Amino acid sequence: MHGIVGWGSYVPRFRIKVEDIAGQWGADAAAFKRGLLLEEKTVPGLDEDTITISVAAARYAIARAGIDPKDIGCCYIGSESHPYAVKPSGTVVIDAIGAGPDCHVADFEFACKAGAEAMYVAYSHVKSGEMKYGLGIGADTSQGAPGDALEYTASAGGSAFIMGADNVAAEIVHTYSFTSDTPDFWRREGEFYPRHAGRFTGDPAYFHHVGSATNGILERSGMKPEDFRFAVFHMPNGKFPLRAGKKAGFTREQMEQGWVVNLMGNTYSGSSPTGLASCLDVAKPGDNILVTSFGSGAGSDSFIIRCTDRVTEIQDKAPKVRDQLAKGRIHLDYGKYVAYRGKIRMNQL
Amino acid sequence: MREVAVIGTGMTKFGELWDSPLRDLYAEAVADCLKDAGVKRDQIQSAWIGCMTSGLFNGQEHLASILTDYAGLSGIAATRVESACASGGAAFRAGWLEVASGASDFVLAGGVEKMNDGADATYCLSTAADQEYEVYHGVTFPGLYAMIAKAHMHKHGTTREDLAAVAVKNHKHGARNPRAQFPTEITMDTVLNAVTVSTPLGLFDCSPVSDGAATVLLAPVEVAEDLGRPYVTVKGSGHATDSIALHDRSDLASIPVVKKAAEKAYAMAGVGPKDIDVVEVHDCFTIAELVCLEELGFFEPGQAAAATKAGTTALGGDLPVNTSGGLKSKGHPVGATGIAQIIEIVEQLTGRAEGRQVEGAKIGLAQNMGGSGGSSTVHILEVS
Amino acid sequence: MLSPRYHREIPQRYRLEAGKCTGCGKIHFPPRSVCKECGGRAFEMEKLPSKGKVLTCTTVEIPPAEFDDQKPYVNAIVELENGVRLTCMVAEAPPDEVDVGTEVELVFRRLRCGREWEVLQYGYKAVVV
Repeated sequence: MHGIVGWGSYVPRFRIKVEDIAGQWGADAAAFKRGLLLEEKTVPGLDEDTITISVAAARYAIARAGIDPKDIGCCYIGSESHPYAVKPSGTVVIDAIGAGPDCHVADFEFACKAGAEAMYVAYSHVKSGEMKYGLGIGADTSQGAPGDALEYTASAGGSAFIMGADNVAAEIVHTYSFTSDTPDFWRREGEFYPRHAGRFTGDPAYFHHVGSATNGILERSGMKPEDFRFAVFHMPNGKFPLRAGKKAGFTREQMEQGWVVNLMGNTYSGSSPTGLASCLDVAKPGDNILVTSFGSGAGSDSFIIRCTDRVTEIQDKAPKVRDQLAKGRIHLDYGKYVAYRGKIRMNQL
Repeated sequence: MREVAVIGTGMTKFGELWDSPLRDLYAEAVADCLKDAGVKRDQIQSAWIGCMTSGLFNGQEHLASILTDYAGLSGIAATRVESACASGGAAFRAGWLEVASGASDFVLAGGVEKMNDGADATYCLSTAADQEYEVYHGVTFPGLYAMIAKAHMHKHGTTREDLAAVAVKNHKHGARNPRAQFPTEITMDTVLNAVTVSTPLGLFDCSPVSDGAATVLLAPVEVAEDLGRPYVTVKGSGHATDSIALHDRSDLASIPVVKKAAEKAYAMAGVGPKDIDVVEVHDCFTIAELVCLEELGFFEPGQAAAATKAGTTALGGDLPVNTSGGLKSKGHPVGATGIAQIIEIVEQLTGRAEGRQVEGAKIGLAQNMGGSGGSSTVHILEVS
Repeated sequence: MLSPRYHREIPQRYRLEAGKCTGCGKIHFPPRSVCKECGGRAFEMEKLPSKGKVLTCTTVEIPPAEFDDQKPYVNAIVELENGVRLTCMVAEAPPDEVDVGTEVELVFRRLRCGREWEVLQYGYKAVVV
């Protein structure tokens, strides 16, 4: 059996409400809240980035897994906000968590899918017997241009998953990926904010790939939507995943636990992994979970995951996603928010 | 060892001296000092110069050579001494040792700092703290003393007003010192309502960023006798070091290095706190004056604040402290401070502290401190 | 921050690795090459606990330029559960929530960015428990 032996999520304490962003641009907050099904989003602290979020999430995953970090044979971090253009995030993370130097490290980028990708590769290494444990992380401090619709959703957070063959808490039963060249959202080298193709990001991009991957994995596994307790779809906003899930035959109830976007926003590479972590936080042995990520550009990775008896033993060994979303929130006004996000041009040192 | 006398003093005004470069500040202080002593420059054999960080403030190292050149002393032995804000005190001790040992008869002990030259003073000064384990975390000097203040308040019940009283008193003294950077009296309200620098310390709890130089001329007492005027002798010299990281010290409400340096100086001089008539202490921040007075043995721990409020440490009190205005009012050009303190004591003991004279003062003490208490010197001087 | 200086301190900054003197048992953070207590020169690595309490603190409102973007921030001296003390920032909490005795936990944060071409500098900060 191969799968998740430990998971951990980290969400920064800072938030900004939809009202505060809408108020800045003279937009109709109620309309945005309805349209995006979103209340507020997370904002990274001035001292937080993809690396620190990854370290926090990985430490929680290690606490749940109860393993020696030295046994982690690979560390992959999926993000579109790696702090360096050249220099890996993963090297900082393995040295901070006490893994390595016997460790394969790489940073991944595939828009919002990079985290699921990191999980997929780590899982594959473990399944092939290359190594005892593999660490896959999805984390982001997402950027959206001021005034752009993305600004309402682009948020910060991430989740880490330790894959292994012993003490599996959630077995990965099936995987399937669906990918094509679809330019719906991108950021070229040197650009500060990403660009998107408006409504083209919907049907041809998100819904086509998420739907195809979900249908594909169900077909290949011979499973039906009613076989699952939980279903998670990448959450660029509140509406898209609910619509994609409904179209694939899932109920709101199945999606509710992993649908963290209304309080968290879109954590890009951390989005569907954090939805999954939220489900693992409360899952019972035997529960099946379907996860379908989405990365613009575009592609989706789907996973079918089955919880073992161990899942309930380790749930309380680290902070849970929904607790972090509910507790200790510090709300920023728009001025503070843009300062925190580095959107103010300061004097050079 | 030979007994050593201070036979001349020279010092620039302290302040924002935009038109004076580093080298001229020192040259002026030396020229004034030689004139005061009546000694010709070709008699000088050696100079010790305290300076904390001309490299950062002015981009200038190899300091002793350039300064002595511009002071017209080129050719003599000259050495820069660095012990952060105690550089001046350490230079004085080095000069004293050279004369006491018999190696030289005419030795300049001076100090200089040119802090207003465009560099980020907060950063430059922070290099006197532990770079990797304090400064790396955003620590500043006001921050370190603020943490000492917080600990002192917690342990001894010291109040914000107790701290402010030190600034008010020192400005009152400094208003009588023509060389002070801020020779103006201030009120308690001014201190309490000033902009916060690092809680609980506000702007008026902090010594200023200053330019200035000071130097004294040291010689054996036999030479001083021949000059035929009052002079002071160095009765005791104490110098001690401690960890520069504040967190490595057991009691955060104390500055133990001051006590260690004082014990050495008292033992050598054969006197105790009760014998001292006038004191200059290193009030880089208001809290520092209180803690230093306690460490020097003038008051029990936690008692200096009450004494300050009672006027004991003011001019006219039993133990006038920082009659020069202290670092707070007189200014704190870091490397010059230790020497300027000595000069104040010399002037007090020789009856030359016009407008702020402590009548009948015979024995004075000057305490100079580096960093948050990583080094300190204490010198005890007596009039002949 | 220059790379050699940064790289050398990574075990302490990232993982709170201290040096325990095998002679007298004194734990040094950061590790030292010579024991301050007994002069011993042999040490074993000891990982520090991440929890502790504030011994003293201050809110820095006028920082050096490099920390200007983070002002105001809280600096504190923290005593960890095994008695080792260190200085750090206390992140996130409003300054008035941090005082003598406040319980904190050390977390991994980006301490400063330096100039745009420099390496980013990571290490420990405290957060209120």
